[in-house]
Amino acid sequence: MRNVVIRFCGDSGDGMQLTGNLFSSLSAILGHEISTLPDFPAEIRAPQGTIGGVSGFQVQLGSGVYTPGDKADVIVAMNAAALKVSALNKHYHDHAIIIVDTDALTEKDLEKAQYKTDNPFTELGIPESVQIVPVALTTLTKEALKDSGLDNKAMLKSRNMFALGLVCWLFDEPMDEAIHLLEDKFKKKPALIAPNTKVMVDGYNYGQNLALSVNQIRLTSPTSPTKQSGRYTSIAGNKATAWGLIAAAEKAGKRLFLGSYPITPATDIMHELAGRKDVNVMVVQAEDEIAGVCTAIGAAFAGDLACTSTSGPGLSLKSEAIGLAVMAELPLVVIDVQRGGPSTGLPTKTEQTDLLQALYGRNGECPAVVIAASTSANCFDFAYEACRLALENMTPVILLTDTYLANGTALWRVPQLAELPAIHPQSVPQELKGQYNPALRDERGVRYWAFPGMEGFQHRNIGLERDAERGTISTNPANHEKMVLARKHKIEQIANQIPELKVVHAVDAAKSDTLLVGWGSTEGHLHAAADALHCDLAQFNYIHPLPKNTREVLSQYKRIVVCELNTGQFAAYLRAQIPSLPIEQYNEIQGQPFAVERIVNFVKSAER
Amino acid sequence: MEASQFKSDQYVRFCPGCGDHAICMALQKAMAQIGIEPHNVAVISGIGCSSRMPHYLNTYGFNTIHGRGGAVATGVKTSHPELTVWQMSGDGDCLAIGGNHFIHEIRRNVDLNVCMFNNRIYGLTKGQYSPTSPKGFVSKSSPFGTVERPFIPAELVLGARGTFFARTLDVDVPTTVDCLVAAQQHKGCSIVECLVNCVIFNNGTHAWIADREQRAEHSIVLKHGEKMIFGANKDKGLAVEIDPQTFVPRIIVVAADDSRVLTHDARQQDPTLHRLLALMGQERFTDVSEQNADFSLPVALGVIRDVEAQTYDQAVNDQIKEVREKAKAKTFDELTATLDTFLL
Repeated sequence: MRNVVIRFCGDSGDGMQLTGNLFSSLSAILGHEISTLPDFPAEIRAPQGTIGGVSGFQVQLGSGVYTPGDKADVIVAMNAAALKVSALNKHYHDHAIIIVDTDALTEKDLEKAQYKTDNPFTELGIPESVQIVPVALTTLTKEALKDSGLDNKAMLKSRNMFALGLVCWLFDEPMDEAIHLLEDKFKKKPALIAPNTKVMVDGYNYGQNLALSVNQIRLTSPTSPTKQSGRYTSIAGNKATAWGLIAAAEKAGKRLFLGSYPITPATDIMHELAGRKDVNVMVVQAEDEIAGVCTAIGAAFAGDLACTSTSGPGLSLKSEAIGLAVMAELPLVVIDVQRGGPSTGLPTKTEQTDLLQALYGRNGECPAVVIAASTSANCFDFAYEACRLALENMTPVILLTDTYLANGTALWRVPQLAELPAIHPQSVPQELKGQYNPALRDERGVRYWAFPGMEGFQHRNIGLERDAERGTISTNPANHEKMVLARKHKIEQIANQIPELKVVHAVDAAKSDTLLVGWGSTEGHLHAAADALHCDLAQFNYIHPLPKNTREVLSQYKRIVVCELNTGQFAAYLRAQIPSLPIEQYNEIQGQPFAVERIVNFVKSAER
Repeated sequence: MEASQFKSDQYVRFCPGCGDHAICMALQKAMAQIGIEPHNVAVISGIGCSSRMPHYLNTYGFNTIHGRGGAVATGVKTSHPELTVWQMSGDGDCLAIGGNHFIHEIRRNVDLNVCMFNNRIYGLTKGQYSPTSPKGFVSKSSPFGTVERPFIPAELVLGARGTFFARTLDVDVPTTVDCLVAAQQHKGCSIVECLVNCVIFNNGTHAWIADREQRAEHSIVLKHGEKMIFGANKDKGLAVEIDPQTFVPRIIVVAADDSRVLTHDARQQDPTLHRLLALMGQERFTDVSEQNADFSLPVALGVIRDVEAQTYDQAVNDQIKEVREKAKAKTFDELTATLDTFLL
């Protein structure tokens, strides 16, 4: 097989995220491409064994992997509720393998998961083509640990490791690498290493020795020829984002400052950076979202690389302050890890519904740069790029990622700082000492940055309109218009500093008349869909400003299908920027990533 | 240094007769007295009459958005603790829209010098009641009188575990300069409540103590280590007594030569007495029906509380330094070298 999709699901307390992450990392280390989708409930701890408490983790591995996969080839269900959730949501193919813990299908378990009969498989209508593999996971785990001295509760916590061992056997993944990973994972709790390793190895041996009535799945050639050579690791989007900021700060010779407030699904960025004092990162956990961005603006005023991280509701709260950064023309990186909205909405689910908020959600004529990451790994590149554009152009840059990218993991080629693009902060030249004012611009229209501590550059920055020449408060009508246009121009000229739009052409086909268009995190799904449809794909990372060749590229197609996880925000934006394009829309707003199959079906069925 | 070194080239646009003029002058004097170079000073403000102050000072300045001066100032000071950071704010900017940032900068004890201009009115929006307007106060937005209970700023500061609180009066420039210098010298979040007159919308709000004839009888300037004596003839002193029934302590006025007269200890960590002193005479500012009552206790001016505690900015920077000293990976490349990777 070229690639395979596996989904681990169980109770929130069953350690499914850990299991999924370990398996994904192991697969990545073995050279497979991976794409993951953690899918956890909003509740911190729903009642044990209930539908509401089911936590899932899906990963696709192999080569030519763009997404975590529409449907699983293998399901590991740790209890009755997980089995039910998988069946109700059709998480698997008709020929899938379902490994299920038979010890967790007792009458009481079925009752908690609200089954009506005592035969879960029939009740759920699982097709006969699906191969059910019953394993007494709980009993076998206890058996493995009977001499460990652990109590019953502690033993039960290791069930996931038995499942992991079994899955490793199924995919023929070697135990020595897995043991090494476990040792690393538990290095701060060494007492857990031995029992977990024992259970995992027993799980592996169970598959091997007891000769399960399933065949091992062998993936072809684990290394993909399309990958650039280098050192690789598996990384989650939020961590990649945090590390992109760290790299940019060091490259720019600036200290990284993050002002933030906890909010799902962005908090891991703050967690990561709070732990990175070793590389001189300063994190202020502020009293609210507004203070998060305002402390960052203070740090930017004082000369740091300043960032704030949030999700949709937090971006709403930060709007006025982002307007201040636009007006004061200070570099600021705002990271919005989008989630389902509006209001509190679906905090743990993914959506692309903050695009128009990022573009327009402020009072006045208030342009900022808007860019979007498109894979968990390139969250690093676009976080870095956000910093570069902010520091070189004295502007807020809003970076859009989302739950899907943030929590998902992908293979990341680890770069050296030296190979990353140079960053030249717009620092004021010393020649301007004594003559500086905050309205002075260079030939690109970007004002100069002077900050406290620099002798002879004292000035007053403001959120009020300033005089275009002197930089002091001005209410002059003509001056206001001049300044509005100066701020607009400053953002537009950034189109000269970003790469042109590149179309991914259909494999083995003549140039297509149909173009799929997407932006941000849908890249993997649209890539797979475009492959299946033999059509072209234009995936946007730069949204405001758009790449310079956007009009030229898009106007070559007879049919443009803009696919988004919202009701058509990018489509509306494109129509406004480039009227008369033959734009169709495909939209889903279900808090879930696209399914490739649905996009393909839509494009085919809507074909005229 | 000279006060003139701290004057900017901007024309001062406070209304003629506004109390802010006096504070502006006192600030320039205090900054000269403190002697920190203007380029190492940042003055951050929100929105309101008082928030125009940065424009008139030849330091670095940032006139931000309504209520957020405290959060911006926290960012400036925490990221660059070597700077001297002032915050200019008013009773609306600080206690209404910016209330959250205000209590948290105090709680964290960020080393900021905060001038909270209290004129008990919204001036720049032309005359609405503020969180310090007395109950019953008639304004454009309370034509029948407010029904709200106001804040007493000192209580809020102490409730947020404040380490420094001073109160001064626009017309008393020497006390203002003393308070501002003390605020700068204090390591931590220093709140200076500047009682200022709004000549346009709330004229005479502090007349009880601002009136030259009455000031000596109606106020006391507290000084650390000095006896609490006041009155035009310096004939009165302050003492504390405990009510035998309720055990509630209260301040009483005694003769200046009474052995019970207290000596002011601003450095006392326990805030009990500081609170009693700061609340003296505040009843008349909480309810208009109390305006004409005869209060025997004077309003306390000067530095009421000035105690040491760890500052947030220092602690954050110390922790980074400490971690970096022990860290194996200090750069991006060293950090990525710690990752579990494989070669392709």
